[in-house]
Amino acid sequence: MGEKVLMKGNEALAEAAIVAGCKHFFGYPITPQTEVAAYMSKRLPKIGGVYLQAESEVASINMVLGASASGVRVMTSTSSPGLSLMSEGISYIAGSDLPALIINVQRGGPGLGGIQPSQADYWQATRSSGHGDFHMLVFAPSTVQEMVDLVSDAFTLGDKYRMPAMILSDGMLGQMMEPVVIPENRNDKPPEKSWAACGHQNKREHNVVNSLYIEPHVLEDLVRERFEKYSEIKRTEQRAEEYMMDDAEIVIVAYGASSRVSRSAIDAARKEGIKVGMIRPITLWPYPDKYIGEAIPKAKVFLVVEMSMGQMIDDVKLAVNGERPVEFYGRTGGVIPTPREIHQKVMELAEGVKQ
Amino acid sequence: MTVTFTKPHALTDIPFHYCPGCTHGIVHRLVAEVIDELGIEGKTVGVASVGCSVFAYNYFNCDMVQAPHGRAPAVATGVKRARPEDVVFTYQGDGDLAAIGMGETVHAAARGENITVIFINNAIYGMTGGQMAPTTLPGQITQTTPYGRDVKLAGYPIRVCELLSSIDGVASAQRVTVDTVKNVNVAKKAIKKAFQYQLEGLGYNIVEVVSTCPTNWGLTPKDAVKWLQDNMLPYYPLGTYRDVKEGIL
Amino acid sequence: MPKITVDEDVCKGCEMCVDACPRQLIALDKTKVNSKGYHPAKLVKPDECTGCRSCAIMCPDVAITVEV
Repeated sequence: MGEKVLMKGNEALAEAAIVAGCKHFFGYPITPQTEVAAYMSKRLPKIGGVYLQAESEVASINMVLGASASGVRVMTSTSSPGLSLMSEGISYIAGSDLPALIINVQRGGPGLGGIQPSQADYWQATRSSGHGDFHMLVFAPSTVQEMVDLVSDAFTLGDKYRMPAMILSDGMLGQMMEPVVIPENRNDKPPEKSWAACGHQNKREHNVVNSLYIEPHVLEDLVRERFEKYSEIKRTEQRAEEYMMDDAEIVIVAYGASSRVSRSAIDAARKEGIKVGMIRPITLWPYPDKYIGEAIPKAKVFLVVEMSMGQMIDDVKLAVNGERPVEFYGRTGGVIPTPREIHQKVMELAEGVKQ
Repeated sequence: MTVTFTKPHALTDIPFHYCPGCTHGIVHRLVAEVIDELGIEGKTVGVASVGCSVFAYNYFNCDMVQAPHGRAPAVATGVKRARPEDVVFTYQGDGDLAAIGMGETVHAAARGENITVIFINNAIYGMTGGQMAPTTLPGQITQTTPYGRDVKLAGYPIRVCELLSSIDGVASAQRVTVDTVKNVNVAKKAIKKAFQYQLEGLGYNIVEVVSTCPTNWGLTPKDAVKWLQDNMLPYYPLGTYRDVKEGIL
Repeated sequence: MPKITVDEDVCKGCEMCVDACPRQLIALDKTKVNSKGYHPAKLVKPDECTGCRSCAIMCPDVAITVEV
């Protein structure tokens, strides 16, 4: 067990990746995540790792593809506009059944947008990270410690399931400093990758890492196989935190920065006797609909809080399946909601619940 | 009887899908012969690009990675940086390398990325049916320049070897062709040098092979060779544009 | 006696070998059509072959083997 240190979110992420055995980082500077690259550029050369500043996010994600194809743990980090550039590469990575860690420190959008935090890339992360039928694992930390823990899981599960993984962070989490324990070198030996394109040493048939399957039924079979894997993941890898849920009638669903703000609002509302709680998704894909399902019987209303115009609310509605009303509170463009705003919304809903 | 010419080990037994007379086949064979002669098949990773040669991963016996269109130099960078002891090459056409992939090409060269790039320049987009390429000649008729490439509208062809030769990270930039037995032998020597320099850790290596595309040029293989000699070689002169060991800078 | 062997099912009848042979010893065999629909190349004057490998060097399909 390591000692407790005060670290900035972005830097904790980077250190956690190194501890998880990732020695290859390819990235491009973009606010608000440039600290990840800067940290990696200092640390990796000291431990025999590779830090390379690519010429763009397009190049970065393709370098990640190449390194992953050769069998090593590799990551990149970017923010919203950069992620759009990575869409093609992410689709190819998923279509080639490669693991990779992609960090998105979300900022206001669309377009050049702003540099303040947002959560408006939810759809992009869970629905449309690239063309074609595929999913990637998406994790949503809400504390710096969680950033650290989820990085390790992202590598482990990515290797296990041979798929890309994303940590969906935001500018607030990336920039804030909290005490964190970085685990010592874990006994997390990356699994043998017999499929890797790393030179056959004349000991085996040549490996091909590829996403082109020109015969339609071959491609369909492959995609269906992947979706069977995804079903298994949906069954076994859902994660969420339940806060004050035992008797909650108003159920807030929020992740990342908006969950932190919601927590304060819940504490204030509870002092006034309002039965409000929160389900905080930790995996956004697979979406923790099991937790939503279990909350439905006691809940009177769900309140989704996001720093967007409402994207995760789609998944909440799907999980609630019409059984209860689903309300929304959101700010966007880089504006962070205050606990008071959320508290006010909770009070409005509480009035409705009384009637 | 001794066999004095046969298929190199680094080529698989899968027959090429290329058009009759397409010089891709010659260049694939030369790359494979060089890999055999240098004894590096076991530690070679090839990066296939997008174009007629998209199925290159079926033809080479070394480990292969398929890259998105234009991104082969970046993918190769990822492989090489993760596995520096491996020999990494890309095999790209003119659209892949000089249109969509020009950024990746120039920056891999600037980084002196220790890889070998085989560049097939046939002045046209083959796989998609014969559209204009960055290397299409002025006046050349293609599917998207049906009246001939008008430089006022569509700009000028790019001379890749000349362009890259100004970059310090480039260890070798050689332009060759495969129109005659003599030139095929020169091309093979150039490809061998481009792999040898990678083994010596000298930097980025590119071999630009001026090639034919009989189908999309609308010519027989024999006439395509003639067209190459009459039209392409004057615009794309053969030679060594950069060689750090020979002092050509 | 040097000779070449043409893999008739791989040959695409492109005639690069026909043009390359310094002694014009190769021609397409119009009496045959291979499984791809091409007339494969054939060494029509085997006695004059010197095993120079020009044909094999120019063949884009690696269809020719040369023996001496």
